[in-house]
Amino acid sequence: MPYLGSEDEVKELKKALCNPHIQADRLRYRNVIQRVIRMSKLDQWGQAEVLNFLLRYQPRSEEELFDILNLLDSFLKSSSPGVVMGATKLFLILAKNFPHVQTDVLMQVKGTLLAACSSESRELCFAALCHVRQVLHSLPGHFSSHYKKFFCSYSEPHYIKLQKVEVLCELVNDENVQQVLEELRGYCTDVSADFAQAAIFAIGSIARTYTDQCVQILTELLGLRQEHITTVVVQTFRDLVWLCPQCTEAVCQALPGCEESIQDSEGKQALIWLLGVHGKRIPNAPYVLEDFVENVKSETFPAVKMELLTALLRLFLSRPAECQDMLGRLLYYCIEEEKDMAVRDRGLFYYRLLLAGIDEVKRILRSPQSDPSLRLLEDQAERPVNSWASDFNTLVPVYGKARWATISKCQRVERHGPELPNTASFATSGPLIPEENKERVQELPDSRALMLVPNHQLTAECFEKTWLSLKVAHQQVFPWQGAVHPDTLQMALQVVNIQTIAMNRAGAQPWKAYLSAQDDTGCLFLTELLLEPENLQMQISVKQNKARTETLNSFISVLETVIGTIGDIKS
Amino acid sequence: MISQFFILSSKGDPLIYKDFRGDSGGRDVAELFYRKLTGLPGDESPVVMVTTGGGGHHDDRHFIHIRHSGLYLVATTSENISPFSLLELLSRLATLLGDYCGSLGEATISRNVALVYELLDEVLDYGYVQTTSTEMLRNFIQTEAVVSKPFSLFDLSSVGLFGAETQQSKVAPSSAASRPVLSSRSDQSQKNEVFLDVVERLSVLIASNGSLLKVDVQGEIRLKSFLPSGSEMRIGLTEEFCVGKSELRGYGPGIRVDEVSFHSSVHLDEFESHRILRLQPPHGELTVMRYQLSDDLPSPLPFRLFPSVHWDRGSGRLQVYLKLRCDLPPKSQALNVRLHLPLPRGVVSLSQELSSPEQKAELGEGALRWDLPRVQGGSQLSGLFQMDVPGLPGPPGQGPSTSAPPLGLGPASLSFELPRHTCSGLQVRFLRLAFRPCGNANPHKWVRHLSHSDAYVIRI
Repeated sequence: MPYLGSEDEVKELKKALCNPHIQADRLRYRNVIQRVIRMSKLDQWGQAEVLNFLLRYQPRSEEELFDILNLLDSFLKSSSPGVVMGATKLFLILAKNFPHVQTDVLMQVKGTLLAACSSESRELCFAALCHVRQVLHSLPGHFSSHYKKFFCSYSEPHYIKLQKVEVLCELVNDENVQQVLEELRGYCTDVSADFAQAAIFAIGSIARTYTDQCVQILTELLGLRQEHITTVVVQTFRDLVWLCPQCTEAVCQALPGCEESIQDSEGKQALIWLLGVHGKRIPNAPYVLEDFVENVKSETFPAVKMELLTALLRLFLSRPAECQDMLGRLLYYCIEEEKDMAVRDRGLFYYRLLLAGIDEVKRILRSPQSDPSLRLLEDQAERPVNSWASDFNTLVPVYGKARWATISKCQRVERHGPELPNTASFATSGPLIPEENKERVQELPDSRALMLVPNHQLTAECFEKTWLSLKVAHQQVFPWQGAVHPDTLQMALQVVNIQTIAMNRAGAQPWKAYLSAQDDTGCLFLTELLLEPENLQMQISVKQNKARTETLNSFISVLETVIGTIGDIKS
Repeated sequence: MISQFFILSSKGDPLIYKDFRGDSGGRDVAELFYRKLTGLPGDESPVVMVTTGGGGHHDDRHFIHIRHSGLYLVATTSENISPFSLLELLSRLATLLGDYCGSLGEATISRNVALVYELLDEVLDYGYVQTTSTEMLRNFIQTEAVVSKPFSLFDLSSVGLFGAETQQSKVAPSSAASRPVLSSRSDQSQKNEVFLDVVERLSVLIASNGSLLKVDVQGEIRLKSFLPSGSEMRIGLTEEFCVGKSELRGYGPGIRVDEVSFHSSVHLDEFESHRILRLQPPHGELTVMRYQLSDDLPSPLPFRLFPSVHWDRGSGRLQVYLKLRCDLPPKSQALNVRLHLPLPRGVVSLSQELSSPEQKAELGEGALRWDLPRVQGGSQLSGLFQMDVPGLPGPPGQGPSTSAPPLGLGPASLSFELPRHTCSGLQVRFLRLAFRPCGNANPHKWVRHLSHSDAYVIRI
């Protein structure tokens, strides 16, 4: 425990906060919280710690909830960002059923976040920017009127500039789009090639909504004839044409001349793809491709050759006269001289396809040229605040959700001890008394006279046969939030000697898992877990090969404990 | 909760290493940190880094660091803790070390290793913060700081913000502010001194047509006190000072800021009526007040730039004429003004005509740098630059037009310092000490106002 002050009173309060009896009694708990908050000697570290501590308490009624929130209101106005963010997290989590309260709180701390974003400390600025992005995921318009705060200055370090560009992309709206684009255009010619490319990609992602303005800016950039800019612009065009077919015409007009200044593999692939798919509208498309065919021997990237094969065959379908000769040459080269097997196979495949007749080629290669519906998929719907409230003011937004997932996965694999995945590291937001839960998991089998056999093995076929032959003995739903981490669950189940037969990978919808276990009397328990994403609960169906109610009940309570623990760690 | 704390020099040499919990590998984490930092891919941020599977002991450890005066202050943790609190703690540690050692730097740290370890022992216990208050720590710290050698001209780079601004101006001797808070308690001949700084950072964005797109002032009042603790101090601010958009006081145009936050030790009972802050400052450095102001500046902007660009596409000649007007009051001046203008790629030569001899301009890193050591308020300076940009073709399908500047030129950014000037107009009226002189002369009070540029960008 950190130091919160030396007085006896503090110690007493600490004990009181942890005491389950006091937690059960609303008035006493309120009293304690009030005394904690009024503790004048508490410095900012103590305050942050207290706020963290209060996260563990679940108010029992709405009235009590608002009572606590009112008591804590002053923390939102603290001068220390750490305290303000701690209080914000507490508010967001306590008010999880009151979206308007959450929005209000986020409004209140907007000033603090913005001030931190322009703080002199680069590191603080970075952490704040990451949290701004997190908030924007749920409330896209939240910072739109403050877009100027997120303009980069040339002296800032690279990682801050990249975050700011991301933020700008996300807060763009009808009113500020003009200014934001003008600012981003300035970044595209930055000395740092990485930053320039990030800015171009940012314009590309804004182009999904404001197509015309962005395509015009991108076209102007091509005029610079600089390798690192042109290649990224062409890649952006490729993605854009696929998502927004209305800009195809403008893109096709901009393309001629690009081929001279593209050297890298990604850029070449993008250009060749565009020429192949939309070659009908680009007058000199065959001649550009012809250059590529002529230089194919010195081409170092196999991916470019594959792309070239496909593009040329596509173009051949729309402009056969100009392409026939070079298609023949390219196929000959790929089949006879090419050393890369994948390219050679692709060449052979197209050759045989051509032998099958032109109608067959058309049927196979005339794929759709755009897919606007993909855009809807990519623009993830606004995520509810609750999906990230527990991650707020932790390292998760700072790493980014995706990187965090890989980090925590690595960590879990390394901790392959026989215990549950380390609950301690999640305990800040986790259950009230995680250690106790863990013990219960271990103890339960003995106390209820249910002994599950440790090394019970059942093959999948055997399981399926038995499963189909039995009737459901018990069905129940448990509350569950968020996604499943199959690895965690599997490991936890192993601890209590429940074997996992089959399991969907994470994120599948609906998510299912089949489990089996056997007790010392030879009684089999077969279980199906079913998670429907929309109704936030886990349905379990248990089948038993000998009808025994008491062991069935203890089995279900074991299962419930495990699922409860894992669910709590998660949420 | 942090597991380890260490300080690295800018070259990666470990200066201080402290393990609080004994749950980690050992000293080689410092080396690991530096290796990770230097080998980081470009799109990842160095602020927070993770080690996984490094080998045996220090698995899944998060490194969180700040850079402060050329040093890396790093904390490691294995918990998913609040980044805000930890970063705050690190910068508080930096201030504390600065207070106790005089100033923070590689030399001072290595000279005061024992003191630093003693401080860390008191501040953190088993990775938890105990206290960071200078006042509280004074009771426990026994080691005395080894003060750096007296001021020398070669040591100008280490001159801190307090006390010394420039060589030209008459201020406190420049080593005064960089002495430790607690040097020798027996030595009573110490001067009682107080330094009060009003520092503002200005970030501005001006569009190419001269209209103002963004103004943002971040200000703070910083105090460094060497007075005996417990003495009370009253700071009077400009009376027309008001907070928030709606509040208007007095008759004249008030000095308005959008948001203010005070340090928790400041008493505000006289603030509403007389704009007086009352506080009992602890020894050392303290940010008394922070404020922000955006969009609506009472005084004109310090600088205006009038660029004109001639671009002859045929011969590849680029001519840039820059006129810089300083709109400060005639008595004030701006120091160390530097204009940074990114140029199109491939600029080869530069010829220049500058309006006064002390200016300097040169090409470097794809940009033009124009240095003006001193600009008097109300004056106007100009520079004419001619460059050759071979091989920059114009956009296809457009006729030659001399008016449109080539892509890649600009935006220009200025950096400067404005001593004795605050952009918001906020001034400290007085600084009074309710202090009982005990045989000594009256305490010295140094009050200073300063604005400097954070990002002053002018599009061309």
